[in-house]
Amino acid sequence: MPPVLELKGITKRFPGVLANDHIDLTLNEGEVLALLGENGAGKSTLMNILYGLYTPDEGEVYIRGKKVEIEGPSDAIAQGIGMVHQHFMLIPVLTVTENVMLGMESVKYGLFLDQAKAAKRVAELSHKYSLDVDPDALVGDLPVGIQQRVEIIKLLYRSADILILDEPTAVLTPQEVEGLFEVIRSLVAQGKSIIFISHKLKEVLEISDRIVVLRRGKVVGETRPQESDERKLAAMMVGREVILQVPKGPAHPGEKVLEVEDLYVLNEQEQIAVDGISFSVRAGEIVGVAGVQGNGQTELVEALTGLRPIVEGTIRVAGQEVTNATPRTITEAGTAHIPEDRQRDGLVLSYPIADNLILNTYYLPPVAKGMVMQREVIFSIAERLVKEYDVRTPSILTPAGNLSGGNQQKVIVARELSRPVKLIIASQPTRGLDVGSIEYIHSQLVKKRDEGVAVFVVSAELDEIMSLADRIIVMFEGKIMDIVPAEKATKEELGLLMAGVHPTDAAAEAEKEAVA
Amino acid sequence: MHEEISIRKARALGIAFIIFGFAVLALFLPGTAADQTTTFTFNLSSSEAIEIPPLTVGTRMALYFTALLSVALGMWQLAKGFKRVYLVLTFVSLLFVLAFLAWAAKGKSMNLTGMLQSTLLRAIPITLAGLSGVLCERSAVINIGIEGMMLAGAFVSALVGSVTQSYWWGLLAALLAGGLFGALLAVLAIRYKVDQIIAGTAINILATGLTSYFSSRYLQVHQELNHPPTFQPISIPLLGNIPILGPIFFNHTLLVYVTLILVVLIHIILFYTRWGLRTRAVGEHPRAADTLGINVFKVRYVNVIAGGIVAGLGGAYLVLSSVARFDELMTAGKGFIGLAAMIFGKWTPFGAFGASMIFGFADSLQTKLAILSVPIPSQFLLMAPYLVTMIVLAGVVGQANPPAADGQPYEKE
Amino acid sequence: MTQEKEKDKKEKRILKINWQAMAVPLLAIFTALVLGALIIAFTDETVYAAFRESGFFGGIGRAVEVIRIAYGALFIGAFGDPKLLWEAIVHGDGEAFTQAIYPFTETLRVTTPYIFAGLAVALGFQGGLFNIGAEGQYFIAGLATVFVGYSLKGVPAIIHLPLALLAGIAGGAFWGAIPGYLKAKTGAHEVINTIMMNYIAFRFAEFMLDVGGPMARPDSFRPVSPEIEPSAYLPQFFPSNSAIRFNWGFFLALAAAAFVGWLLYKTTLGYEIRTVGQNPHAARYAGISVPKTIILTMAISGGLAGLAGATDILGVLHFMPNAFASGYGFDAIALALLGKSNPVGVVLASLLFGALRAGARYMQGIAHIPLDITSILQGVIIVFIAAPEIIQTLYRLKQKIEGEEGVVFTRGWGQM
Repeated sequence: MPPVLELKGITKRFPGVLANDHIDLTLNEGEVLALLGENGAGKSTLMNILYGLYTPDEGEVYIRGKKVEIEGPSDAIAQGIGMVHQHFMLIPVLTVTENVMLGMESVKYGLFLDQAKAAKRVAELSHKYSLDVDPDALVGDLPVGIQQRVEIIKLLYRSADILILDEPTAVLTPQEVEGLFEVIRSLVAQGKSIIFISHKLKEVLEISDRIVVLRRGKVVGETRPQESDERKLAAMMVGREVILQVPKGPAHPGEKVLEVEDLYVLNEQEQIAVDGISFSVRAGEIVGVAGVQGNGQTELVEALTGLRPIVEGTIRVAGQEVTNATPRTITEAGTAHIPEDRQRDGLVLSYPIADNLILNTYYLPPVAKGMVMQREVIFSIAERLVKEYDVRTPSILTPAGNLSGGNQQKVIVARELSRPVKLIIASQPTRGLDVGSIEYIHSQLVKKRDEGVAVFVVSAELDEIMSLADRIIVMFEGKIMDIVPAEKATKEELGLLMAGVHPTDAAAEAEKEAVA
Repeated sequence: MHEEISIRKARALGIAFIIFGFAVLALFLPGTAADQTTTFTFNLSSSEAIEIPPLTVGTRMALYFTALLSVALGMWQLAKGFKRVYLVLTFVSLLFVLAFLAWAAKGKSMNLTGMLQSTLLRAIPITLAGLSGVLCERSAVINIGIEGMMLAGAFVSALVGSVTQSYWWGLLAALLAGGLFGALLAVLAIRYKVDQIIAGTAINILATGLTSYFSSRYLQVHQELNHPPTFQPISIPLLGNIPILGPIFFNHTLLVYVTLILVVLIHIILFYTRWGLRTRAVGEHPRAADTLGINVFKVRYVNVIAGGIVAGLGGAYLVLSSVARFDELMTAGKGFIGLAAMIFGKWTPFGAFGASMIFGFADSLQTKLAILSVPIPSQFLLMAPYLVTMIVLAGVVGQANPPAADGQPYEKE
Repeated sequence: MTQEKEKDKKEKRILKINWQAMAVPLLAIFTALVLGALIIAFTDETVYAAFRESGFFGGIGRAVEVIRIAYGALFIGAFGDPKLLWEAIVHGDGEAFTQAIYPFTETLRVTTPYIFAGLAVALGFQGGLFNIGAEGQYFIAGLATVFVGYSLKGVPAIIHLPLALLAGIAGGAFWGAIPGYLKAKTGAHEVINTIMMNYIAFRFAEFMLDVGGPMARPDSFRPVSPEIEPSAYLPQFFPSNSAIRFNWGFFLALAAAAFVGWLLYKTTLGYEIRTVGQNPHAARYAGISVPKTIILTMAISGGLAGLAGATDILGVLHFMPNAFASGYGFDAIALALLGKSNPVGVVLASLLFGALRAGARYMQGIAHIPLDITSILQGVIIVFIAAPEIIQTLYRLKQKIEGEEGVVFTRGWGQM
């Protein structure tokens, strides 16, 4: 019997990048195939080709031994291919049923939507694969984990039997990940074949039957979980031996630099996003915030940096009260901010690197004398920082938008850390970066800690928080579940806390007392 | 509106109600004598089945009553707070308008039915502009060129209507002209990914130039080319005889009925059909629609061209159902006001129609008051629709949610 | 060093003529003129008559003739008759010389308000704002200017003229700041609000100037303001020939262009304006007050548009007529787009439009082509500039080089 899916010699070029370089791949019936690779290795490109969103420059696709042309998503759907995208393709203002039936609508009298019929089908599917979803709920009101189920129902509604899951665990708690794995197993048991895309080694080892590793657009290896381990996979993925731990010595906490008391903040929908939390960060320590995305971390960081109004509570930086102060006041109080969305908040992509490096010092001497900006000074600062922080760029006049993600982040890091700061607030500092850049940014943060700066890091990557932080704050639904010392934290315990469950561990209770 | 509003806003609204109340007294009482009365009449023609007797009130009494009610509502809002405070805001605004009318028509009589009838007539072109906006923006294409599309529709309807001596051909030509400009906007916005506001502005300038050029080259030279026949009012049997409602809604030209039907029709299409669901999906999250095999470009092309046709209808209305001639720049901002109506109406057909009625009211008020010789310079009355537009925009935009992808070109990659 | 070179390039960016970058605008203008010619030929009755009477080639010949007459008149109306100019120079006749250059001085006179209005819209674009209200700002500034111009009497010119100009700037700035404030505080889109403010400005001007109105000329049956005092006049460039209306306002406009260039690219305020325009999120992050910058940008933009009104009154009209729809608002958008929101570009584009306008008036007289042909040309030019792909495909040009700092023109309703 031929394999369910076979890709032969798929090649895709983007301007200046060879995203997929003659990739061959097979998927057998009832198997979970893991596609492992770093960000930018070409996994998503390959899957977007398979789903008809990109057209390959070369290569062929065979389904059950038959060559097929996939020119658009409708062709892919017709061939039984379904994909859950990394960023969900859901429309928040529509109901679950509307989202599911979109493009394959049930219609009555040849004209009008038949919501009831489609809703019944959704209910059937969610029952059959134990994906508990209310068909009439608005998608925007659902938690991320449930939204993912809606995505899976969308595929099943279209009777897909090849399911592509693109980084499905990025937005889930460890417990939710377990739930997803249950779903995957039940799908496979009913004959579906699955391509599971990830860069997380542990998950790949746990769920897959076979692992294909991509690096720089090429297949660099194939293995089975039984024959491999994390270290081996990491080496294949990155192309060299990697250190999975951030090298750092013990922290020497000093004065309290950031003090937050009883903080309440609202989100865009005017609901409480940060629900009365208090904590502090001392000079010379790294405090990390763990939590599933959307539990108030973003709003917390925005409130700390003056980008979001504070309803109640106080914030002090280095003893100075900065509650509801402007971003500029907070910056001038000695705060550096590495923002979550670097392209939206941290950079003006159309500006040259030089202009981006003075984004929050443009009005201060020596960059400006009175109202007049000093070009020469700006250029010399830029030359120095580009060298010092190893920004790989042809020139300081290259627009920031032309740089790779890692180099863009280095521009921000250079700008923020080159100022005399007392506090660093870094939100998702390594999201989407290559291993080299991640190591570099981690080492810079640790270096600053050792120089006596207070560092506050928010990350969705639990591994990053666990290896970087000295103390870990776990947030759930806007509240602090617990603050635990990093060396005593276990992944299981943090996972429970992230899901809003207190481990009834007496030791943890005692620990909390000590910290507070 | 069920959404919770912040305490500060609630308090501000309460204070606003009280200020409205006092404003009524401060503005209108001084010039009003104790024995003056205002008469409101309700009959327009003899076609109504039942005559409604006129209502005569003491002007001062009316002022005291409306002022007191506003203040009382304001107090209640401050003390307890209304659940549906925006409804109350609408009511208080209405009270203020009533007080104003009572003052303006003191010692005279004012025909309220006539006023509402002219409100509807003046709301029609704005409604059509708003519907055009709804169609385009629900698929995420901003159409700021409605003004130009209406102008083009108005011009060709006058020209073709005059040449053929048939309003049907005039109407058809207007729809075609609107559709063509719609297609131009679609190509610029979708194919060439031009900044949509600039594309719309280019259409406005182009339509202004073309219509003025051809108008001075032909219509002004040959007056017979600017003299189209017009649609005549059709009274709907029975419905037309209902008092008050009959003259307001059921005694109009075909184009008015078509507009009212379009409001309902577009609502049904948007919210109850396959096409509508796809349109909304494309307006909110085009990539999601694309991944489900929906042709984003096709949805946008069809909607924008349809929007152009509706705008062309608006232009035809101005000529074929109203003044029976084309004048340069005769749309006078109605296309833009229609966009404001669309925003105020939260991108829904019924909302846009309701908002258009407010603008239509401001517009008809201005003519009415000029007749009543109210001591306000006519130029200030003429500003009313524009001022109302600005106030409304300032008041609602904060709460309005445009389609999420509005204004963004779609890149297929 | 390539870096040195690039730095150099950056420094000279404002002044350097980049032919590759100019190809699209030039071809857009050319194509618009071709389309205009077609419209002129297609709407000429004598062309149809020639087709009927003298066959195909006769018709074509007549069409070419009509276009030649029209565009010939356009050229002479814009730049003067070269023959007359040559004769005047040969004969050393000063009188004839000023006669001969009269059309060109008219072009420069019409160019003056265009530069101001174009700069107003360009500055707005740089700050991510779309000011369609140049027209209304022009009117309000006109009122303010003319009021200072006629009500102050016996003041020396050195005080009176600057005061009158300042009044114009203030009037325009105020009228521009209102939609700016509404945008900053409520998010109401400036496009609709500036248009509404235009209509309100017309009505307001009408009210002020109406016979018997607060600013009407006493004893006049026309709705016009009183004449301003000569002490507020902008000096004429050829004081000897009163027919020539070219005045020092033009140089004021050039100075304004230089000022805007300096402001945008050399000052912290310019950096703030451009940053808010390019990425308001990053601006907020950088500690720039976005609402304040929006209001300020709109005020400066309005002030520039106001100078268009002020110089028209102080340099040319010397009173305020109650005119409708001068067309500056839409023209200014075309200018800013054509000039790529760059001050030098705006000046060049204004010269072109000034020539078109001045020439079109002559063309109307000679060839009976309605003035509105210029609006059609402008509309077409905007389409081509906004969608350069059309021109690039039409003329098989190479796509433009990537990575230049683009100007964000506008944003949709919901985005700040």
